Parts: sequence; structure tokens; C-alpha cells
Amino acid sequence: MRKAKALLFELGQPGRCAVDLPQCDVPEETSENLIPAKFLRKVPAALPEVSQQDLMRHYTGLSQRNFGVDSGFYPLGSCTMKYNPKINEDVSRYSGFALAHPLQDESTVQGALELLYNVEQYLAEIAGMDAVSMQPVAGAHGELTGLKLIRAYHRHRGENRTKVIVPDSAHGTNPASAAVCGLDIVEIKSNSDGSVDIEALKNAVGQDTAALMLTNPSTLGMFETSIKEIAEIVHDAGGLLYYDGANANAIMGIIRPGDMGFDVVHFNLHKTFSTPHGGGGPGSGPIGVKKDLIPFLPVPVVVKQGDRLHLDEERPLSIGKVHAFYGNFGIIVRAYAYIRALGPDGLKQSSQDAVLNANYVLSQLKDDYYAPFERFCMHECILTSKNQKSAGVRTLDIAKRLLDYGYHPPTIYFPLIVEEALMIEPTETESKETLDSFIGVMRKIAEEAKEDASLITNAPQTTVVGRLDEATAARKPVVKWKA
Amino acid sequence: MNIPQELKYSKDHEWVKVEGNRVTIGITDYAQQQLGDVVFVELPEVGADLTVGGGFSVVESVKAVSDVYAPISGKVIEVNEALVDAPETVNQEPYDGGWIAVVEVADSSELNELLSSDDYEKLLAEEGDH
Repeated sequence: MRKAKALLFELGQPGRCAVDLPQCDVPEETSENLIPAKFLRKVPAALPEVSQQDLMRHYTGLSQRNFGVDSGFYPLGSCTMKYNPKINEDVSRYSGFALAHPLQDESTVQGALELLYNVEQYLAEIAGMDAVSMQPVAGAHGELTGLKLIRAYHRHRGENRTKVIVPDSAHGTNPASAAVCGLDIVEIKSNSDGSVDIEALKNAVGQDTAALMLTNPSTLGMFETSIKEIAEIVHDAGGLLYYDGANANAIMGIIRPGDMGFDVVHFNLHKTFSTPHGGGGPGSGPIGVKKDLIPFLPVPVVVKQGDRLHLDEERPLSIGKVHAFYGNFGIIVRAYAYIRALGPDGLKQSSQDAVLNANYVLSQLKDDYYAPFERFCMHECILTSKNQKSAGVRTLDIAKRLLDYGYHPPTIYFPLIVEEALMIEPTETESKETLDSFIGVMRKIAEEAKEDASLITNAPQTTVVGRLDEATAARKPVVKWKA
Repeated sequence: MNIPQELKYSKDHEWVKVEGNRVTIGITDYAQQQLGDVVFVELPEVGADLTVGGGFSVVESVKAVSDVYAPISGKVIEVNEALVDAPETVNQEPYDGGWIAVVEVADSSELNELLSSDDYEKLLAEEGDH
């Protein structure tokens, strides 16, 4: 396999250069005459001195070590690593979109504004919300923006509600966003299947409840069947419901957060709506709201006046700006292309196929691995290494062994409330053949655990680097190259 | 699994060593095994008031960040500063060098709520069942 490579700084020879610069055709000035002495370097910068060919081979070699959805199956639970159709990329590069400047006069970017307006309408329909802002640029940014809206809403009504209820099964971003927003977090225990403990919720709500943040399907990949009752409890206490759209890939076109009783929702375009993800970014985390929260939406808001579109900044109750200009526009273009290409029936089928694929994987592996929950899952399933424990094989080992077989491992050790969890999210974009190959490898690893566990506990063997010492990396991180 | 007889235990996998009205607190061998390699321990402040069941320290491992819950109410009178530079001690010696804090007990009746080593062993056996 490809061996570990030298850093660019370790390649090359003094004086070697990747380009020949032309003769200078203007009078030369020394740096001392142009730059004050205190800003001048005493020692020349340590720049790599390599030929163009060395440079190309270095970066091409690094790129070949990447693993992405374009290189193989990537069942990273809770991350929705699905395939992004390449036409989305083409459309986002149309010059009218890609070359537009954010400070151009509105009259010259009516098409771009119409696209924003239309995506807002589509997402509002998909979420069952009354209005959408495309400005937040990540899921957690959507959470923060949504919580600011909720805070502004309560304050406007003269209520100082400061408590945000978060189940212990939630994504870590939920309590983190609430803390950044200056709100207090009330954690409630979940039932063992990750669903909300209704009694714990009843005990937690009160006059200080600002909101409940909830993911549905839950972080365990299961639908929260008591959602109507949950919404009633929170609303009766005067709080609002926040929908974390992390798992929206299981429900789009089938059921709407707005109909479940949620007041604010964010979607991750970079997950559910098929835009670059996982290092490719940037992200996009638009939020949808029910009508009572519309006055507080961040500015600017795209409004339609007759057949002209306009960016409205005059919103006295708005929480203000949450990002420069108007979100990550290029990502929104990709989502537009995806939504238009699939249409309502296609979006629905995406979710159905995502759920079908996850249940297929679960049904095929539940005899080899321990399945902690005996019910249908949504778009992702949870198994654990409990059956392999006696052989000394843990979840981390199974993940490492998958690397030897050329697969990106599933999410491991999340959700936290399931011991030794393996969380598999196959997504709708994988064929049955791909799923069967993966299932075959997982079964083979289960066999290996019985016959020769060292194959697993010493994995990976075929990768560029073997088992990394994560503990030392965390305890004594080396974050800077030194000669 | 090492479960020393002379210690008391909480259901949240902390151990308590009682010496007069002072107790030393740490996490159990089982807890450190579950967490994996510990990479950081956030110690409480000396002088902090603990309430039984409340989080008072945070243990970060390569797998997860976990709260350590106070097995007893009281005031922190000493913390194990050595863990700042050597958090791995929690893995290596959970019951000795891996101690987290010494607490002056506020209400000694709370000690009766803690588990004996036998009861803690039973608890672990039950947890292993599901």
C-alpha cells in the first residue's frame, strides 16, 4: 500500500523552485525602502523548495489517501453521507450564480433572489412552517439562530424564560447552542430506547421553560411516537419546541415537523439536501418558523413585491444579522437543484429508501451483532459489539477492521447512552449490491472474532498508517511541524 | 474487575473511601474501563460545595466526555492536581493515584445510601445483562 509520505517541507533542495518568474520590467526597489524595518523579517521564511512535479505528486498522493462518498460506502451514522448528484455542482457553477457579487444592486441579481425565495418556500412546505431564513451556515448555527428567535419571542411577550430542556440522548450541539445563547440547560434522562421520558419532561417544564430541543427521529434513529403529547406538555407550560433536523433524511416528504407541533426547525442542507459535506463544505443550516416568530427572523429577509424581489432590512423586531450577506449561497443553489430534480415524490422516495436500507442492514446483521432495540429503525440502525465482548473485541476494533476491507466505518460510541454502539446509516443512495457487500464483510468480521480475534484487535493492517495512539494524541498533541 | 472491599460505591460508578468525616472520591475500575483512555480530568475548585447527585468533575476520554457525579454532599477540601499532567493515572490506578477529590462530609447519613462492594458487584452484573 501507499507508504507514509514526507511533508512538503521535507522534500526538495535549496534553490529549487516550481515556477520561473519573468524578468522584472519595472524598476526594482528593495524591501527596506518599502516596508518599515520593524515589520521586516530577520530570518527568511522557511518555505518548501520543490519542483512543480514534486509538488503535484505530493498533493495528488495526499488526495488519493482521501476517502469520500465518491470513493466508497460511507455509512457514518447521524451524518447522512449520501451521494450528491454532480448536476448540483454544475448548476452552482452557472456564471450568473457563481460570479454574482453580494454587493451588486438588487435589480441585477433578481434571479439569485428568486432562487433564495423559492428555496425558502420549498423548505417551508417540506417542514410545515410558515417562513424560512436561509442565513445560518451550519446546523449548530441554525440552532443558535433558532434559540435567539425563541428568546426574542418570549422577551417580546414580557416573559423571561431561560431554561432549555434537552434530553440526555441529544446531539452535543443542542446544549452547547443553548449555552452560547446564554440560556440554562435542563437535561432530562431518556428512556432506554432513546425516547423522551414523559414523566421526566412533565417534572422539568415550568414557567421558566423557554424551549425543548428535540431530534425526531431521535439520535438513536427511532421515531418519537409520543411527539404529540410531548408538544402539548411543552406548549401548555408556555414553552416552544425546537426541531433539530439532523435526522430529517428519514422524514422529508412523509411527515412535517410543523404538523408534529414544532415551532422552529433547522435543516442541514449539507446532509438532507445533498450538498457537499464532511470536509467539502461549507454547510448550510436554514431555519423555519411558525408565524408568531416571523417578526424576529434575521435580516435581510427576501420579500416579493409584485414580480420584483427585494432584500428587506427594515424589521424592527429582528434579532439582526447572523451572517454576512445571505448565508452560503452556493450551497443553497445545490439544494435548489436537488429539490427541483426530485420533486415531492422523489424526496418522499428518498426518505423511504433511506429507511428501507437501514432496516435491511439491521435485519441482516442482528444475528451476528447485538441489536439493543427490537423495533423498526428509521434511516439508521444501532448494533453493538456485545456478542464479541467475550472474544476481547470492542466496537473500536470492528471499526478499524472495516478499514482493512475498504469501508469507511460507521459512527462508533454514539449515541452515548448505548454501550459500545455502532451506528450505521446507509442512506438511500446505495444499491442493494453495495449493502450486501458491506453486510458480507460485517459477517466475516463477526466470524473472525470467533476464530482469530487478533485479526480484528490488530487492525488495520492494509492502511497507510496502523492503529493510531489516540490517547497520546489527545494528551500531548503535536500541532505544528518543526524541522 | 477490581472492587476493593473496604470502599463504598455509588450507582454512577464512583468509589468513596471514608476516613472520619472526610471522604476521598474517584471513579471505579469498571468506569475507567468503560471510558477508555482518559485524556483530561476537569477538577472541582477547592472550597466548592457539592450536592449529592450533582456533577462536580468531568472526565474526558478518547471516547466521550462524562460528568462525575457527587456521591455525597459536602465541601471540597483537596483535589488531585497530579491528574492535570497525568490523567492516565485514572486508568492505571483508579483506586490509588487516580483519586479526584477529598470532601468534608456535610451529612453523614448520606453514607448509608452508598453501596457495599458486594452490592456494587451485583449492580455491575445486572448492568451487563442488558
